[in-house]
Amino acid sequence: MKFLTTNFVRCAIKSCDGAVNSFPLKYSEIELVQEEQDFQPEFILGILPRLDWPAILKVAADLGNTSLPSQLPEIDINDPSNEILLKDLHTLLIETQLVQGKMICENCNHVYHIKDSIPNFLLPPHLAN
Amino acid sequence: MSRPEQLAPAEVFYNETESRKYTNNTRIQHIQAKMTLRALELLNLPKDTANFILDIGCGSGLSGEILTEEGDMWIGMDISPDMLATALDREVEGDLLLADIGNGIPFRAGTFDAVISISAIQWLCNADTSNADPKRRLLRFFNTLYASLKRGGKVAAQFYPMNDNQLDQIQSAAKVAGFQGGVVIDDPESKKNKKYYLVLSAGTPDVQINLEGVVMDAPTKERKLNKKQMKLMETRKDYIQRKKEVMKRRGKSVANDSKFTARKRRPRF
Repeated sequence: MKFLTTNFVRCAIKSCDGAVNSFPLKYSEIELVQEEQDFQPEFILGILPRLDWPAILKVAADLGNTSLPSQLPEIDINDPSNEILLKDLHTLLIETQLVQGKMICENCNHVYHIKDSIPNFLLPPHLAN
Repeated sequence: MSRPEQLAPAEVFYNETESRKYTNNTRIQHIQAKMTLRALELLNLPKDTANFILDIGCGSGLSGEILTEEGDMWIGMDISPDMLATALDREVEGDLLLADIGNGIPFRAGTFDAVISISAIQWLCNADTSNADPKRRLLRFFNTLYASLKRGGKVAAQFYPMNDNQLDQIQSAAKVAGFQGGVVIDDPESKKNKKYYLVLSAGTPDVQINLEGVVMDAPTKERKLNKKQMKLMETRKDYIQRKKEVMKRRGKSVANDSKFTARKRRPRF
């Protein structure tokens, strides 16, 4: 699972739908892997306005990275120096993969497991809607 | 035609052998690719940017590979672990999620540009366990799907409805969730190649869906006549046959129909 996906997944249980703290999930005992991927600057640019930066900071802190800037940096498409910034974002969002570990919903404390980089969102029958 | 939905739940049916068979069969690969391209054509997404797409029922990633070729980023969801394992072996680019779509799409609001789904949503109409209510599952699916799309986001979902009832069920659930759109039927005359695509949009899209080559076919409603009008329209022969029918139903003995029934008696013999 890419780091990018952590900025979008939330708890699957119906009672957590409206809850504020069901997103982002809390990540613990995560095993990370860096995997090289094609660099698509236009995708990064397109997804930037949709990112929830505070959630990125929180998840990054869960994973042990507290060196990110507290504000989403402004990006001017025409500025060549932004290439480096986009590359950094690419490395963080796309190339960082979560291979093994747990995701916990802070609202209902349900634990979702990540195995072989596939998160398991199947719910037990008593929680299924 | 065999329907896998009637045999076993998806996570059971698509076991190791079935998913390998599914992925390695060139005929299936060909059909899947064709349907994916058609769904993309219907979505009419902007070509110059990389879109963020959700693939529902991604299976082994046959449709996802095409999305990657188109330069889009995608996340796939499937309920069958064996299918996803096959996808991992094939080293697909997109992210994979093991989830039951009937329990909702676990993404926050406004995540995706578009949603694609090939041969998956008809599974929602089945009650595989005693506590599964297809109607509730369909609603939950469409409600969360609506939320996970950005405003103006579009859905193109190819599916195999078992009958008209299922088609109605799916369409009305989508409507209740707030989607606009309908069903596009490709090759409507052919029984074998007939394909249903549910094409929806969440809010008004900036770029309309691509309906090139689609013929609108609204059912023409026949005006129902009342009894009096029916009687006026009736010929003498119709009248006699109707009366005979009524008498037969009442158990009276009625002369058999022949070519002489209700014929005019000519003056000459």
